[in-house]
Amino acid sequence: MSTTHEMVEGHLSQSLENLRTDELLLNMGPQHPSTHGVLRVVVVTDGEIVKAAKPEIGYLHRCFEKHSENVDYMGVAPYVDRLDYLASMNNAMGWAIAVEGMVGIEVPRRAEFIRVITAELQRIASHLMSFGTYGLDMGAFTAFMFGFRDREMILDIFEMMSGARLLYNYMWVGGVSRDITPEAIAKTKSFLDYFEPKIDEYNDLLSFNKIFIERTKDVGVIDVETCHSYGLTGVMLRGCGVKWDLRKEVPYSIYKEVEFDVPVGSGEMGTLGDCWDRHIVRMREMKESVRIVRQLIDNIPAGPHRGKVGKVVKVPAGESFSRTECPRGELAFYIVSDGSAKPFRVRCKSPCFLNISTLDELTRGVMVADLIATIGSLDIVLGEVDR
Amino acid sequence: MTFEEIHQKLVAKFPQAVQGIEETAPEKSLKIHPEHIVAVIRFMKEEMQFETLGDLCGLDYPALPASCVAYHMQSYAHKKVVRLKCYLPREGASIESLTSLFKAANWLEREAFDMFGIRFNGHPELRRILCPEDWVGHPLRKDYQTPDYYNGMPVPLYFDNQDESTAGNAKT
Amino acid sequence: MIPSDSVVMTSVDEVLSWGRRNSLWPLTFGLACCAIEMMATGASDYDLERFGCGVFRATPRQADLMIVAGTVTLKMASRIRTLYEQMPEPKWVISMGSCSNKGGPYWHEGYHVLKGVDRIVPVDVYVPGCPPRPETLLEAVMMLQKKIRVQESSMGLLGSLRKPA
Repeated sequence: MSTTHEMVEGHLSQSLENLRTDELLLNMGPQHPSTHGVLRVVVVTDGEIVKAAKPEIGYLHRCFEKHSENVDYMGVAPYVDRLDYLASMNNAMGWAIAVEGMVGIEVPRRAEFIRVITAELQRIASHLMSFGTYGLDMGAFTAFMFGFRDREMILDIFEMMSGARLLYNYMWVGGVSRDITPEAIAKTKSFLDYFEPKIDEYNDLLSFNKIFIERTKDVGVIDVETCHSYGLTGVMLRGCGVKWDLRKEVPYSIYKEVEFDVPVGSGEMGTLGDCWDRHIVRMREMKESVRIVRQLIDNIPAGPHRGKVGKVVKVPAGESFSRTECPRGELAFYIVSDGSAKPFRVRCKSPCFLNISTLDELTRGVMVADLIATIGSLDIVLGEVDR
Repeated sequence: MTFEEIHQKLVAKFPQAVQGIEETAPEKSLKIHPEHIVAVIRFMKEEMQFETLGDLCGLDYPALPASCVAYHMQSYAHKKVVRLKCYLPREGASIESLTSLFKAANWLEREAFDMFGIRFNGHPELRRILCPEDWVGHPLRKDYQTPDYYNGMPVPLYFDNQDESTAGNAKT
Repeated sequence: MIPSDSVVMTSVDEVLSWGRRNSLWPLTFGLACCAIEMMATGASDYDLERFGCGVFRATPRQADLMIVAGTVTLKMASRIRTLYEQMPEPKWVISMGSCSNKGGPYWHEGYHVLKGVDRIVPVDVYVPGCPPRPETLLEAVMMLQKKIRVQESSMGLLGSLRKPA
């Protein structure tokens, strides 16, 4: 005669033997607050474990490459702005450099200075956004508010320079559309003074926060070999310790005249190349950007802000593949010209596209919460993924 | 390593694969026979330190007529990008997939298939990536006609038979 | 100051619309560039919360306002329609930005862009701009609140006021 306790025990052990788990197909997105846009991830979960996470993209495919075949070279610039809408200035700079390289346009020195200043400010704004939304993903709302507060100040500077808040159409082929005003210079300086100590504050607030470290260390680890196989660039590559920055290695514009370091991940908190490493690389890059702007803002040479470029840019027949370092990696434009007013083919090699393609590999066998941490650390912009 | 050195090295190794240099200013391109593309790229990856597939994209030349796949091999050691181009017949183009060499090729080839209809043999799941699965046609081909309707939704802003004065640039 | 024992006489409609217009719960639904401006509107500098409209909900079942912020592509269109149908009545839609109004800069060659979100869901307020400034979105929210105020909000009448999709 067994006791009730023994009966329950026996029943439990029996049912545990028969217990089997089912895989659950989970649709994450396209409308999901943590996918940073309209990304859809088809997740196969076994309990809390992610078995596979297949990203489905194309929900923001806006036919950039088709449009650029139907407008002239200057007309592509506004569409380029809308690729990576968090870093319009960097994108537009990439496009301008690509076209100028094909035509052989000399950009005035003043314009180069303004370009690098705005590009670096934009890099700060983009990384601030990444900092804010990553904090939001990890449950830290304050980071989002602080990030947006400081980003607004940069947007105010851009508004003084270009007249727009988000999409500027500021970098034209041959220079910039408007000259920088003394007020904008003064405002930039006061922003730098305000912002530089803030980076340390934000690091204390989020990057070195115990909860944040626990969520991001040893998660989404990627090694150099995989990086090369996926063609990853930018923060993804630097996060796993490779000191590769186009601004340093293949300098364009006036980057060879400025001094700055290339921060790389070192596995401080966990494994080399984890989410935390990528996050801290972004935070440290902001500091370097401040350093670059500081070197340039006082020494802007006098002169025209745009070279002599006709209304229609005539590009000789040829092909060019031109890369620039954007906040999310190397953005490349492959332009095929047949000598007419419109490009024959424009190909935008987007870093985000390759970054997000790693998601399945990075998140196999992790917990569902780590999937969010990994997507956040990839810092994708769907406008550029889908084009 | 200059472009000429790369060219000579490839010609020495694959005399029948390299079809010549295309003078595409400001950068030259290497014309590669489609049959040997995987071997050439494997050689570049393993022996010539071109570690990364920088980009892979399709092109459409209705005048030749030909489809083309352009590979941009990227090297961190040489700080260089080299463009390889493979010309394929315009209709029913197919070429060997690079997915065995680079994981990046998976999505890039899917995009080239989606946009140009170039088939990649040996690709694990060659399906559309940007357009919906039931999309008809390959949008970046020069002869592509935008459909009037997709799943019951009108695609152009105005139709030709609608108000002529507002049509502007006619049908999209 | 109204004494605590006083009685306020008003119509049911007035009370309902007062409650509705001052606690609009938008759906967290960003599509493209405009979503960044929508986030900026909800964040520190512009603070949408001041107008009783800042409780962004991640699920359509708790939301009564959909701000379509960004380019609507054909692949996304059916999902937007589903999200709209999942929202409980009464519900309102703000179309934010040129793209969701009429295709924006993608109207000409955009083979994969829906030329106007009003082709799939009824829109209450259109916000022009590419992207609209946060102030413009605030204005749109206030305009919508005005619209809700004049709408007869009794349940029975509501259906007839809304144009069918």
